[in-house]
Amino acid sequence: MTVLVSERLTIAVEGDVPVVRRRARELAQAAHFDAFASAAITTAASELSRNALVHGGGGYAVVEHVSDGLREGLRLVFVDEGPGILDIDRALRGGYSTGRSLGLGLSGSRRLVDEFHVETSLGKGTRVEVVKWARFRR
Amino acid sequence: MTPTIPILRVRGHLLVSVQGELGDDVVEQFQNDVLSAIERDRGRDGGLLVDISGLEVVDTYVARVLADTAAMARLMGRHTVVCGMRPEVAATLVQMGYMLDGVETALDVDDGLDRLGLPR
Repeated sequence: MTVLVSERLTIAVEGDVPVVRRRARELAQAAHFDAFASAAITTAASELSRNALVHGGGGYAVVEHVSDGLREGLRLVFVDEGPGILDIDRALRGGYSTGRSLGLGLSGSRRLVDEFHVETSLGKGTRVEVVKWARFRR
Repeated sequence: MTPTIPILRVRGHLLVSVQGELGDDVVEQFQNDVLSAIERDRGRDGGLLVDISGLEVVDTYVARVLADTAAMARLMGRHTVVCGMRPEVAATLVQMGYMLDGVETALDVDDGLDRLGLPR
């Protein structure tokens, strides 16, 4: 996978969530995403950066415009050093809310992307990596 | 500066059009402003129409605030309709498993005003 653009964005305050969302949207346009794919990855960026802030106590995101030679896509990585996710299977099933949220952030984001990896360690933090590809070869 | 969301009165009905991006700070202010407008509008029996055609992204947080606001307005006795959801927003919410259950929706402002019983 070739990385065309890579940026690291801090997630420390509420105002950082829209910054990550906006950057994901801009890169989705650069990668020729259609409106549906763009809304999907931008929404996932919003959910996962808010998770990192609210549940992880903040951290950072890496947003990347990538290519595998055939397709262009976005790779987003969210890292926090929070308490970790106690029951990851339940969190991935959805409806598992620890705060004032719907508990759909993690499970919902997984359904919006093509690749989804989560690593979590109690007391150490959580890392979520997602990839979404543009629907058509350009 | 925090942008404000204008609330218009159209022939006895309240019309809110949410445009651009709904930040976390604005979204809570939106809820408070709408409920205050309903309170001030006491004595009228019009409905509340929330137009979200200007929203390109609706995550579960914003969706929940919209659904909560509609439920609160309904509890205050206001017929409430959310209208204008973009196709990509509808697709994204359904993919995530959030259907805005209990929220009455309409295609656009015209359709929404029909639902509120405003004659064309």
